[in-house]
Parts: sequence; structure tokens; C-alpha cells
Amino acid sequence: MSGQSQRLNVVPTVTVLGVVKARLIGATRGHALLKKKSDALTVQFRAILKKIVSTKESMGEVMKTSSFALTEAKYVAGENIKFTVIENVKTASLRVKSRTENIAGVKLPKFDYFTESETKNELTGLARGGQQVQGCKVAYVKAIEVLVELASLQTSFLTLDEAIKTTNRRVNALESVVKPRLENTITYIKGELDELEREDFFRLKKIQGFKKREVENKRKAALEFRELQAAEHLSLEKGIPITAAHDMLAI
Amino acid sequence: MATRTQMPSNSSGLIAMIADEDTITGFLLAGVGNVDIRRKTNYLIVDSKTTVKQIEDAFKDFTTREDVAIVLISQYVANMVRFVVDSYNNPVPAILEIPSKDHPYDPQHDSVLSRVKYLFNTESVAGDRR
Repeated sequence: MSGQSQRLNVVPTVTVLGVVKARLIGATRGHALLKKKSDALTVQFRAILKKIVSTKESMGEVMKTSSFALTEAKYVAGENIKFTVIENVKTASLRVKSRTENIAGVKLPKFDYFTESETKNELTGLARGGQQVQGCKVAYVKAIEVLVELASLQTSFLTLDEAIKTTNRRVNALESVVKPRLENTITYIKGELDELEREDFFRLKKIQGFKKREVENKRKAALEFRELQAAEHLSLEKGIPITAAHDMLAI
Repeated sequence: MATRTQMPSNSSGLIAMIADEDTITGFLLAGVGNVDIRRKTNYLIVDSKTTVKQIEDAFKDFTTREDVAIVLISQYVANMVRFVVDSYNNPVPAILEIPSKDHPYDPQHDSVLSRVKYLFNTESVAGDRR
């Protein structure tokens, strides 16, 4: 039998057949659902892929603009502006908040940036180049905006990739392991039940034949007995030995 | 799926940076920088004197810190510690490779973008992006 090892080790009874059939129905339904989930995730995944590529490209532009703004600021405000900036760092006013988005049961982290308080660099470039410094700041905040968006896309990309892999693995496992195994079990149980039925039938037939033979034997015995009795009767009547009476009756 | 790291949704994360001085200056100006009580910064300025070991340690530190949500790393710096960056694949914190002023951006080296491109090539959508 093909796939003898590919079936569950169960006792072949009608009850178990019902249970296994129910499990097969469950597996089929689960397979369909998981397949749908996988499809939904893939659609989302494709959308994110496209977005990542375009955002990456725009990131190059934004970074170029902000670098240029910084160069401008440095030109106007002097080289040592960067030391002022680096020395003035205290706590981050621009932070990232993460929230989760639910797509087909998969939680995707999304980042949002927000400014807590105004930056403390107000005095930077007070002497000269204040406008450029502000412009540079705006440019870099814009860059952060793009980068944060890109970061959330990237995390979604990685998470979704993982989720799709797991889902596909489950779909394939259901399709090529669980379902054939259950189907094999069902055919096995059905075969065994048929076998039992045939055996039963055969046994009934056998018993019937046995009984018939018994009746026949009894009838024969009764016939013989009647003959014997008749012979006895005759022998008594005629006064001849019983064997002679037998012979007389046989003729 | 159970291995996914989940950040508490109400917490606010920092943006850590490993880049050259100019890039860092720009982002600090935007208000990203953070210095805690122990004078520990959330950025590393990479210059000619910075060793690969320092970058590697900083990268590992930023990726394991609880309060960091995004790590920005200049691409040429990422190339120096490529093996560490490539072996990292947790979703949070997210690693972003950014272009720097002196080094033009090369999408070929980006660990995530190369995967994206690879997937795109199989779908043949990337044709018009070049």
C-alpha cells in the first residue's frame, strides 16, 4: 500500500473514521484560510516593496539637499558652528514613537516622529548666518521625516517577509503533509471496515451452511431410525431375526 | 512569529547615528542628539581616527539599547562593518543606511535594498527604475 507510513496510527473503527473526517475538513478549511492570509500579506508586501524603492530614491535627493544646506550654513556661520552644535546636545527633542499596525493578523511596527520641545540651538549662528542655520535645521528635519518613513517601511518589510515565510510554510505543511496523511488514514479505515464486513458475511454464510448440514444429518438419522423400527416390527411379527427382516425391507 | 520583538507602543524611541561629522552635525541641529546622565551619546562621529572596532561596538550598543528605535548609519561606515550589519536582521531597531556627503549612495551595497532589488527583479518591475 502506498504511503503506509503516511497515515496516522489509529484503530480502524467507525468512530475514528468520523473523527478523522472531521479533522480533514478542519485541515482543508485551515489551509484555505492560511492561503488567503498569505495572499493578503503578499499584496501588502508588494506595495511596501514599491514604496521602499521610491522612498530610497527620494532619500538620496533629500540628503543631498540637507547636506547642501549644511554647507551653506557652515560657509556663512563659520566652520566652528559644528562644535557649537555638538557641544550643545542635551536631550533629544526629536524622537520616534512606535505604534503597531495590524495586517491580516500580523503586527507591523510603524514609526512616527514627533518634536517634544523646541531645539535649544536658538543661539547658534546668532552672530551671523542664523537664517542659513534655521534653513539647515528645517532641511534636516525633513530628512528625518523621510528616514523615519523609510525605517517603518523597512521594518514592515522585514516583519512581513518573516510572516509570509511562516505562513507559506504552514500552508505547504498542511497541503503536503497533514492532508495526505488524513486522507490515507481515511482510505485505510474504509478498507479495514470493508474487510471486516466481508469477513462477517463469510462467517454468516459459513454458519448457515453448517446449520443446513446439521438439519440434513438429523433428517437422515430420523429416516434410518424409522427403517430400523420398521424392521424390528417386522421381525417381531414374523418371528424372524432382525437381519433377515432388514433384508426383506431392503428388497 | 513569536520571536518578534515588540516595543511598547507608548514609549518614545531615539534615533541613533553612526556617521561622519557633517551628517551628525546636521541631524544634531534637527534635534536628534541625546546625552544621558553618564555622558553617553546616541551618536558616533566617525573620522579618520575611528577604528573599525569602535564602530562595531557602537553599532552593537545601539542595536541592543532599549530606547533606540532607528539606527542611521552612513553607507561608507556600514561598508566598514558590513559583516555586522548584514548579520543583523531584527525589525526593531531598524537599520537605515544613509548616503553621506563625500560618498555617493550606492544601492548595491545596502543590505535591505539588495534584497528588495532581488525580489523586484523576479517580478520585473524594477526595469523602469534604472
